[in-house]
Amino acid sequence: MVKRKIGEFFRRGRPVCLPQLSIPEDRGRHTGLPLRCAVVFILALFSLTLSAGAQDLRWGGDAEGGAPYLLPNPRNPREIVGFEIDLMNAIGRQLNRRSVFVQNQWDGLVPGLQRGNYDLAVNGIEITEDRKQQVNFSIPYYACGEQLSVRIAENSINSLADLKGKVVGTLKASLAQRILERAGGMEIRSYENQNNAYDDLALGRLQAVLMDWPIAVYYSQPNPKLKFTGPSIERMEYGIAVRKEDTALLEQVNEALLALIKSGELWAIYKQWRIWNNETDKLFDQLVSESKPGQVYQQFTQNITKQPTWRERLKLYLPPLLLVGAPMTLLISVLAMAVAIAFGLMVALIYLYAPQPLAWLARAYVELFRGTPLLIQLFLIFYGLPNLGIFFGLPNLGIKLSPVAAAVIGLGLNYAAYEAENYRAGIQAIPRGQMEAALSLGMTRAQSLRRVIVPQAMRLVIPPVTNDFIALFKDSSIVSVITMVELTKVYGQLASTYYDYIGAGILAAAIYFLMGLPFVRLARWAEKRLATDQRVVVTAKRRWFGVGAKPAEG
Amino acid sequence: MSAIISVNNLQKSYGDAAALRGISFEVEVSELTAIIGPSGCGKSTLLRCLNGLELFDSGRVRIGEITLDRNDGFKQRDLNLQLRRLREEVGMVFQSFNLFPHLTVLENTALAPVVVKKLDRKLAEKKAVELLAKVGLSDRLDYYPSQLSGGQQQRAAIARALAMEPKVMLYDEPTSALDPSLVGEVLGIMRRLDDEGMTQVVVTHEMNFARDVADKVLVLAEGELIERDSPDVIFSSPRDERTRAFLQRYL
Repeated sequence: MVKRKIGEFFRRGRPVCLPQLSIPEDRGRHTGLPLRCAVVFILALFSLTLSAGAQDLRWGGDAEGGAPYLLPNPRNPREIVGFEIDLMNAIGRQLNRRSVFVQNQWDGLVPGLQRGNYDLAVNGIEITEDRKQQVNFSIPYYACGEQLSVRIAENSINSLADLKGKVVGTLKASLAQRILERAGGMEIRSYENQNNAYDDLALGRLQAVLMDWPIAVYYSQPNPKLKFTGPSIERMEYGIAVRKEDTALLEQVNEALLALIKSGELWAIYKQWRIWNNETDKLFDQLVSESKPGQVYQQFTQNITKQPTWRERLKLYLPPLLLVGAPMTLLISVLAMAVAIAFGLMVALIYLYAPQPLAWLARAYVELFRGTPLLIQLFLIFYGLPNLGIFFGLPNLGIKLSPVAAAVIGLGLNYAAYEAENYRAGIQAIPRGQMEAALSLGMTRAQSLRRVIVPQAMRLVIPPVTNDFIALFKDSSIVSVITMVELTKVYGQLASTYYDYIGAGILAAAIYFLMGLPFVRLARWAEKRLATDQRVVVTAKRRWFGVGAKPAEG
Repeated sequence: MSAIISVNNLQKSYGDAAALRGISFEVEVSELTAIIGPSGCGKSTLLRCLNGLELFDSGRVRIGEITLDRNDGFKQRDLNLQLRRLREEVGMVFQSFNLFPHLTVLENTALAPVVVKKLDRKLAEKKAVELLAKVGLSDRLDYYPSQLSGGQQQRAAIARALAMEPKVMLYDEPTSALDPSLVGEVLGIMRRLDDEGMTQVVVTHEMNFARDVADKVLVLAEGELIERDSPDVIFSSPRDERTRAFLQRYL
């Protein structure tokens, strides 16, 4: 449900520095205060990074997930707030333990739990059969359905069935996505971030968005361009994940939860966050009426985690990797490289031969695109350009690109900067006499470049250009942030579905490697064939077999 | 007799260093003019000024009907157009051949007529084949420059220049980069062109060639034209002391 973040940006399992350093009571009572303070500080750091004090109730969640679950306080971003913070603080009070939040990427919440980074995982984690094989779940603490949002003027969409033939957005690897996939007949765009999905809906890139009801309440309802439509779809329950072996902790958490439900404290929290709903109402009624809470949920304790075998992996992973991921990666890379080569050559020629203001612009282009992160460039092109008008106060301005177009243009423009430098080096390496000879034959400067200089420079730069193509090929994985489903995105989906980061990772990496090989070979071949200097060698070899040239006569 | 090349008070300097100090001379149609002189005297600079590879600072060059007059003060665009028209009239052969290494001998020769004169490719190649036959490279049409000897490369370069049907051929030390045994084949071509009535200007160190073939010899020293006469006069009774000193080292 809650969105997953781009891995490189947020280190996993890093505790957020809430002001919760445990400082012993007896501080300052002795002499040598600075030294003691230092020791205490180091010990505190140690306990913070390695293992918490026994009293702490450490739980993992992803504060990038957003409202209303967990989010940085808008007024003080170092503080994390959310209904789950309130929930866990309440449980902590019940258990007489201090609730300590540990930041962890949403995708990795269960692995982080199993690694012992924290003892509970709480972040809108839906109780599913799949997950129950990995961890135990508490009794549900919240229930809700999926909510459809559409543009305000849209009246033809009221249910799942109306989505046939439409473009529908949702969060990656969410229940909503599975519901949409089951329904079929529509184009599904999966997003890392709910904001982007609703923005695209408002912009008209999407015709509907399906997401967990609380997310919709916070991100769709406030948007005047959007409205809810139809009843809530299906139903899911969030549970607190506990390691299989921690049965005592599970029991304690269940008791605490039940107490909070009975006392109305949980109701108050949900009311405060405006996420109280019928589903949760029914859930609580049912939980309270059951005399022994949590019984049902303790029966799963024995199922040991089982990793798929390699045979199963090949059968499960290869079709999506090869049929969905690889072709898209290939398409984007080849198109982007074509853009990079054509545009880069243009930039290099302008830089070298155009009059001053233009040459300066070309130089600025290279420095700008080389010197800023590709990721930000992609975001600007895909999410920024449509809002250009809003940014400049001209509502009608704005360029809406499809994900593929944005990916190709973004990667292409970025790599064009590098190709421009390659070509510049290549062109400058051609001896002066070549240009002079061409000019003295009456050619214009442009004709000389096209017929004499550039063809030679192109051959010269085959190795560095190949290098860049291989790099671009792998860099194309970054376009998953603008809703492209390519090889790396498919890998991420597989890995999080099967909790198999290693197996799926090895396969995905192998596919990248094998797909890159032909291009390397092609470049080698072209280099050999086109290299003007090596023709002598080639001919000499051919002469052994009685064909080809005689050696130059003296 | 009419002068096809007319050079008037040509001046050129690199920064403070004067390379050409007011050179004037004329070349008649069908003449072969040899320019000789010690290294650094400005021979190559003078030659390169004749087809605009170097821009002179002041003075006037006329070749055929095209005039480059720096005293007028050209605008840049006019200058470029004028330079192109000039270069179409003038063929240039370089010391280091400067053949295009990515093209075969045939393609090297046919390229400019196709690109500049918009000649039909077939026609251009047919003409190139004839020219290459003339310089003795009929069996090397599909070779790349790097597969040829220096002499063959220079002959191909001459064919390439001739393909543009120039009124004048300029040679910048055409045999200096060649093995002594290969010099003859290149000079032979130039001798034949002379027999056919081509106007040629040759910067050279081949004194025997200058003496035997040239109609006129120009002697340059320190950017000045110190002597201009028939080879007989230059080589047997030079007037200038510097000419005598220079020739002594060569003969």
